[in-house]
Amino acid sequence: MAFIRFAERPHFRNPWAEFERIRQGLDELSRTFIGEGQQALARATVYPPLNIFEDKDSLIIKAELPGVRAEDLDISLEGDTLTLQGQRKPREDSDKVSYHRREIKAGSFSRAIALPTKVDVDKMSAKLANGILTITLAKAEEVKPRQISITTE
Amino acid sequence: MSEHELQVQEKKEVQHSGETTKPEKYFVPAVDIYETEEEVTVVAEMPGVTSDGVEVSLEDDVLTIEGSRKPEEMEGKRVLLQEYESGNYLRRFTVAETIDQDKIKASMADGLLTVVLPKAAPAKPRKIEVQMG
Repeated sequence: MAFIRFAERPHFRNPWAEFERIRQGLDELSRTFIGEGQQALARATVYPPLNIFEDKDSLIIKAELPGVRAEDLDISLEGDTLTLQGQRKPREDSDKVSYHRREIKAGSFSRAIALPTKVDVDKMSAKLANGILTITLAKAEEVKPRQISITTE
Repeated sequence: MSEHELQVQEKKEVQHSGETTKPEKYFVPAVDIYETEEEVTVVAEMPGVTSDGVEVSLEDDVLTIEGSRKPEEMEGKRVLLQEYESGNYLRRFTVAETIDQDKIKASMADGLLTVVLPKAAPAKPRKIEVQMG
């Protein structure tokens, strides 16, 4: 067994660098295992995970928020940043309840996203149905596709 | 705020014993199960499922909850970001308590399925006389 005295080590060496290198290698490896025809999911780091779609004249943002009531949800738009805030309230139980499983968490959340296009602030709607939030934003006139006519002299 | 922040919970796919014929995905819904003296309640997260897409059954002490949702309208739409997948939900539990099958109630609200399983009245001990032959 080789002993390295602490003082002999170069003091600028990051002891976690090796672990970081291994982690990156493993991440890369797991990415190659995503099957063909399967769409790679973007990993959400902030609750709630979102799905964003666009069609010709609108932007559609969806989130799964089971157990969140409309009055506990707050959506705001500032510039091109959309903020989703809310909370899921814990269930009110009587004292005599004993839990077998507890997987549904209560708590608050806040997520801000930068919108990929300019939107018309006045044409914004949000709907919460069956635990799914759907926000529809109309694209601003200036970002909608436009035909350019060419004139010749 | 005193409450903690909600964390992203990754959806788990159901491990099938066999493959399904339709290329649909089944996820394991997160559940809360709690018990009082009178009943056992199961609450499951099933966003996107309407009340007519839910199936609850209790057979041989196995409670099955299944929720199916309609596939999303994707015509003319382009995906910009996809952080979650949608699919159906399926989960099974073995119920240890004796349940009064006729009084099971299920309701769907805000994407949460609530199943109330009332316990059956405890069977009265019956004395069996042994006849001497």
